[in-house]
Amino acid sequence: MIRNDWCPGCGNFGILNSVKAVLSETKDEVILVAGIGQHAKIVDYLNVPSFYSLHGRAIPAAEGIKLAKPGTKVIVFSGDGDAYGEGIEHLIFAAKRNIDITVVVHNNRVYALTTGQFTPTSPYGFKGRSTPAGSPEIPLNPLELILSSGATFIARGYPVKADHFKSLLLEAIQHKGFSLVDSLQVCFTFFNQYDLYNQKVYELQGHDPADREAALKKMREWDYNSDAPIAIGKFYQADKPTFEDRFRPDKPKVSREEGIAQVLRSYI
Amino acid sequence: MVTLAKTGNEVMAEAMRQIDPDVVAAYPITPATEVVMIFAQFVADGLVGTEYIPVESEHSAMSACVGAATTGARVMTGTSSQGLALMYEILPIASALRLPIIMCEVNRALSGPINIHCDHSDTMGCRDFGWLQIFSENAQEAYDNVIQAVRIAEDPRVMLPTMVTTDGFIISHCMEKVEVLEDKVAKDYVGEKKSPYSVLDVDKPVTIGALDLTDYYFEHKMPVIQAMKDARQVILEAGKDFGKRFGRPYGFFEKYKLDDAEFAIVALGSTCGTARVAIDELREKGIKAGMLKLRLFRPFPAEEIAEALSQVPNIAVLDRSDSFNAQGGPVFTEVRSAMYNRNAKIINYVYGLGGRDINVAQIKEVFCQLGRADKMPMVNYLGVRE
Repeated sequence: MIRNDWCPGCGNFGILNSVKAVLSETKDEVILVAGIGQHAKIVDYLNVPSFYSLHGRAIPAAEGIKLAKPGTKVIVFSGDGDAYGEGIEHLIFAAKRNIDITVVVHNNRVYALTTGQFTPTSPYGFKGRSTPAGSPEIPLNPLELILSSGATFIARGYPVKADHFKSLLLEAIQHKGFSLVDSLQVCFTFFNQYDLYNQKVYELQGHDPADREAALKKMREWDYNSDAPIAIGKFYQADKPTFEDRFRPDKPKVSREEGIAQVLRSYI
Repeated sequence: MVTLAKTGNEVMAEAMRQIDPDVVAAYPITPATEVVMIFAQFVADGLVGTEYIPVESEHSAMSACVGAATTGARVMTGTSSQGLALMYEILPIASALRLPIIMCEVNRALSGPINIHCDHSDTMGCRDFGWLQIFSENAQEAYDNVIQAVRIAEDPRVMLPTMVTTDGFIISHCMEKVEVLEDKVAKDYVGEKKSPYSVLDVDKPVTIGALDLTDYYFEHKMPVIQAMKDARQVILEAGKDFGKRFGRPYGFFEKYKLDDAEFAIVALGSTCGTARVAIDELREKGIKAGMLKLRLFRPFPAEEIAEALSQVPNIAVLDRSDSFNAQGGPVFTEVRSAMYNRNAKIINYVYGLGGRDINVAQIKEVFCQLGRADKMPMVNYLGVRE
């Protein structure tokens, strides 16, 4: 039994419990990949094949695993520092490829492992330990970013609403193509947002996730900075060819053996 | 001079405050996070005039440092381990462009497996990137070295980036008695930054980082090689002047009970503090033990080391990183090359990987084994389970 090192009240417990429930229901072969951060300890607490990768590099590692094991569901756990900061290019390109992996971002909007610095989604003026006078930067809206990058499943969840979060996770994993679940995981110690989220969070109702324009509008309702209502649920879903579908779509005109023979003849 | 109780990270931040660099760009990483975090508080409190940016990665941090330094600004950063590794791509560019960037580097083992504790694999991984590398035994030296590093790096004979290292947690997080200079005397010692060129000079436009192929690349590397050689004299001058002003002189290395030693170790970093205790205990028993504590790894003072060790018949070099089946660890290969054609028996101990503790008894055992150095393997691994 591995001792759990998260603080009491940590939002990661909600994600862990939901993932446990979802994985115990699925019959698929699953491989988990984590980045570096408090979130990454989740793979220590699940008895599932997993790869504890490098800070920022969980997504490309997962893409490699997916290419080598196409029949496997590959789920990435990543922090906001990982996916929206140090490794943001990988998020954009994985979404652009629409590669069939799922990324669950534990978006606590603070670097918790290094004890409380601002991240790409910390609000403007955030007084963290690297920005004691307040962050001078406006947070980025990751949902908008990956919609424009080409992701085909985009959701935001609040792990405190466990049943809702579980259903989002399950759908994301089952979705064919690149899926992202931005999770409002609260860091109880360095950026306690429970009161705010409990007050502002509401479940999307009557929203058509196939409507890209409507999705964009909903994503823009809360910009990770304002005190607007915070929608959770599935913002966008599209059925588009994945990287695997698009990879060499046309069958070669000659057999592999004949192709090699042609190359060898050209050397003579 | 005031005497304070400070950790290695705290005194490095304190040195940064006194240096008051124009630009600092950094990204958090254990165990170096505090250096820049404490400095960020100085920025917030208006105690420095620095423009400070907490960027999105170490790769960006070093790139921002390079950009800022091309304007002629005085630039500093801090990092560790994987953060340093992520900077690797940019480090040789900083030296090739002759940008005297100063880095507070807290030694930590490279992944994997992931580990946050001290070894020297991160710093040794970039030993051939044209950066000066200065090691510290304790918080006092960390502070003194950062202050001296600015003057050394910015000297017109050098103009090369410089990293001052401490040992992760052992120095970075341990509180010690440290003598800190008055702000004014520290600033006087460091001096004003003078830059021979700047991208901001519209009257003398320059392009920095232009393509340089088979025609001139080699010629443009030679001044860097020469500056690294010339840095030795500058380091000696800076260390001597530091001693004259503040009573703590510095050289390439320190000789501890070495002059009549029959058995000596060569080591760098915090381990030297432990080694002093072992040597004192052995001396009490009449065993002539000694140490050469290396401060400077780049440039490597080979001739001076060979001279300092010339009368010692049995030498053990302690390496806190491995080179994976090269001819020993990085310090050993350098020292042994420096000692080529000398008569000493010289062996290597790789120890302390991933923060594995090293204690007085282990160092005494190294001295004991030096007594039968002829029968020992060339490379030994100390303190690891079989």
